[in-house]
Amino acid sequence: MAKNDLQGALDLLILKSLSQLGSMHGFGIILHIERVSDELLNVEEGSLYPALHRMEQSGWVRSEWAMTESSRKAKFYTVTAAGEKQLAAREKNWEQVVKGVQAILRFA
Amino acid sequence: MGIFRRILALGKRSELDRENEDELRDHVQMRTEANLAKGMSLEQAARAARLRFGNPTVLKERVGAEDAALNLESLFRDVRYALRGFSRSPGFTTVAILTLALGIGANTAVFQLLDAVRLRSLPIQKPEELAELRIVGGNRGIGITDSAYANFTIPMWQEIRLHHDPFSGVFAWRQADMAVGPPNEEKHVNGLEVSREFFNVLGVLPLQGRLIEPQDEGGCELSKVVASYPFWKTQMGGQPITPSTTILVEGHAVQVLGVTPPSFFGVVVGDRFDLAYPTCTPPNPRREAFNFSVMGRLKPGWDMDRASGYFNSLSPGVFESSAPTNYSPETIKTFKSFRLAAYPAGAGVSRLRDAYDSSLQLLLAITGLVLLIACANLANLMLARATARQREMAIRMALGASRRRMLRQLLIESSLLAISGASLGIALAQPLSRLLVASLGTSQYSIHLAISTDWRVLLFAAVVAALTCVIFGTVPAMRGANADPIASLKSGERGVIGSRERFSIQRLMVIMQIAVSMVLLVGALLFVRSYRNLMTLNLGMRENGITIAYFGFPALNIKPENQAEFKRQLMNDVRSIPGIQDAAATTNIPMSGTTWGHEVHVGAIEGGSRFTYADPHYFSTMGIPLLTGRAFTDADTNSSQFVLIVNQAFLRKYLSTTQPLGQLVHVMPEPHYPERTYQIIGTIPDTRYSEMREDSQPIAYVPAAQLPLDAQDPRVSAMIATSIGPDAIVALRHNIEAKYPNMSLQFFDFQQEIRDGLVGDRMMAMLSGFFGVLAALLVAVGLYGVLSYFITRRRNEIGIRIALGAKRGQVIALIMRDTAAMLLVGIVLGTGLALLAGRAATAMLFGLKAYDLATLAFAIVLLAFIAVLASWLPALKASNLDPVAALRSE
Repeated sequence: MAKNDLQGALDLLILKSLSQLGSMHGFGIILHIERVSDELLNVEEGSLYPALHRMEQSGWVRSEWAMTESSRKAKFYTVTAAGEKQLAAREKNWEQVVKGVQAILRFA
Repeated sequence: MGIFRRILALGKRSELDRENEDELRDHVQMRTEANLAKGMSLEQAARAARLRFGNPTVLKERVGAEDAALNLESLFRDVRYALRGFSRSPGFTTVAILTLALGIGANTAVFQLLDAVRLRSLPIQKPEELAELRIVGGNRGIGITDSAYANFTIPMWQEIRLHHDPFSGVFAWRQADMAVGPPNEEKHVNGLEVSREFFNVLGVLPLQGRLIEPQDEGGCELSKVVASYPFWKTQMGGQPITPSTTILVEGHAVQVLGVTPPSFFGVVVGDRFDLAYPTCTPPNPRREAFNFSVMGRLKPGWDMDRASGYFNSLSPGVFESSAPTNYSPETIKTFKSFRLAAYPAGAGVSRLRDAYDSSLQLLLAITGLVLLIACANLANLMLARATARQREMAIRMALGASRRRMLRQLLIESSLLAISGASLGIALAQPLSRLLVASLGTSQYSIHLAISTDWRVLLFAAVVAALTCVIFGTVPAMRGANADPIASLKSGERGVIGSRERFSIQRLMVIMQIAVSMVLLVGALLFVRSYRNLMTLNLGMRENGITIAYFGFPALNIKPENQAEFKRQLMNDVRSIPGIQDAAATTNIPMSGTTWGHEVHVGAIEGGSRFTYADPHYFSTMGIPLLTGRAFTDADTNSSQFVLIVNQAFLRKYLSTTQPLGQLVHVMPEPHYPERTYQIIGTIPDTRYSEMREDSQPIAYVPAAQLPLDAQDPRVSAMIATSIGPDAIVALRHNIEAKYPNMSLQFFDFQQEIRDGLVGDRMMAMLSGFFGVLAALLVAVGLYGVLSYFITRRRNEIGIRIALGAKRGQVIALIMRDTAAMLLVGIVLGTGLALLAGRAATAMLFGLKAYDLATLAFAIVLLAFIAVLASWLPALKASNLDPVAALRSE
């Protein structure tokens, strides 16, 4: 699969995570994805932060500094309305891709 | 954080950087804490977190790269980085910026002048509608022409004024000298005689008072003037104009009607009028005096072609009714065959344009070539610099900087150079233009041009700068960006990427520089030699220690029949002043550009000859030897036999087969000059008559006392030879002022006048010389740079050669051979180009062909000398190389 589609997948994961849990910092997103996917999906920091900053530039997420539960200052990301729209489109697209791939795999 | 905040945060780079750094560091710490929670030791936890996280610098770069606003942000950083780099190599930076500034400055200056002289429209309403009427092909030398701009006689103008269908309005004007101020302190100012329609048709509105209107044209007594803004400001103190404002013009109080706006200088580009006054029509205007220029404003729906067609069909009527009398039938026929045509005049008329158009264009080409050399030099410098920085680039790329970023960094650096160079160049252009204008002015004639940096000039400079930037900025950048970081690092300073190829590009540029500077040097030498030829030209007469004098005595009211005697007396007075060797009255000041011709018949041959009426002292004053026959004496008067002395050109044309003395010359009639028969009494060698560039023309000298009564004028032009210089002239002035208080006096140095006539040649010689030297200097810098680079690249090889026993001389020869190769190719190329370019200059050269062998040879020798000079130092450095040190550095 082309690189763009993988990146699209990462964006989808990040947007979905943020949409589910409200606001999160980068490390939280990584942990969340790992935990929810039963460690099947592993997001690298090297991909995460550029993706977060890119999405912020596109206006899909916004960020602010806030306190974590352990009273540490961290940058928290939240999905914007544009981000929600983007998420819906990507979710739909992803389902199509999955359906298509499954159809191929199940072809006998 | 929103994009606006980021933009607002521009320039606070460190803060933003810190934010990103904080975010990433927090992440690592959170991961470490999580690892600790899993039961790792502190050290293990931190290590695992860092390993997972990867290279923090790379991540930081990548995070930053995602940020669109950050692009602007990093622009600032790159600019700062570039500036730091420049401050570390001030030599490179200074040379680069100065080279560019000189190139762009010179180009802009010449362009500004060209623009002012030929491109800009007059500051009037709808200049594109303005048309000038002219006789197609000029007046063929008939009659007396007042100035370069005068095309029509008063009767012609009156005819045109009656019939000007294509024009909504039409006007006539002429330039005239005026004397302003109290007697004895009179100042000569530029007058502009205009017909009543002038300001109206041009659409010029008064700044103060009113301008000349239809009711002002009338009596020929000067009573009203309009002042130009500069005159009003400087000579009248800028006081408000009231109905009682007057100034003294030629001794009479004259009412000042108003002031023209500051931008209006008249219709002659390069001139400025001081006072304008209404023209008048004398009852019996001279029908052979071409005094006026006529212009009109096209009616809507008419264009130049249609207007020309109209005036062409109008011509027979105009010239039929305005034809002068007293000419030979042949001349009258020619006169009546004149045709009128309309020419665009929206940009005004200009003596400068006619005189310097091709010079200025050539100059623009020359400065363009200099800029080309400057660019090549800069490209070479940038290439050398890029090579020296290969290691730095490689490291930055290895650390994760993208190629695009590296390219951008290099582009920013070259843009910075280009912008500084261009700004300095534009700043330099103003004084350079002024210098150019000043170099065109003469001791008598100063030029007034509005040199301004308008958008066109700025656009020109900007385009030049941008092109330069692209040429020498991207080439090294492209090459640097293609570098393979690992290979670059491995090969150390020497660099590995396309080193052969890059070196050949540098060589190519040096060769190009040599070729182009060869063209410039040849051009410079040609112009300098041409100027020298003109300066040292043998005129066939004495030049130094000669003063031109004008004595005007209309105020003395001397009757025409007594004027010849009065003039003789006056000249005797002049000759009696101590220090004055000799003096002669003449109707024609030699080399002044004015000519006087009569139609002559000699035997069966008909043709024309230049004429000069001169008194008996003329030949001795001017040092012109008599070859055969006798000189004039005081006995040659209007009542004795009419006599002539002719030059060799006259003999060649009319008397090539017969012995000249005693031959008869019939001079055909024209107004004030009846038909006469003269006898040749002497011959002289050829002398120049009115212009240096003109080959010898047939000239006939007639005794001044034989000037027809009708043609007597209450003024004397004289040539005065002095042995003690200006002191004699001061004494003369005192003497004449005491004896004739009402006589007007003007003195000019003959030699100075001749040199003033060469001002265009002087400008070309000076400027092409300057640019030639500049080009040679740039070549020297370029060669030196390339050879130094070449030696750095071959340190090892040279070190090994020296270690193996190569002598100093052999090492120097190695380097010199390289210079010789480049020089040879450059010179061959340059010679070809110079020969091609020389054709364009041929018309401007005097006494030289563009393919002048001596000039070519001299340019080659000069370039070779410069090349040897520029390569000697690097060669010497190479020969002194310590082989051990050179090899160890590997």
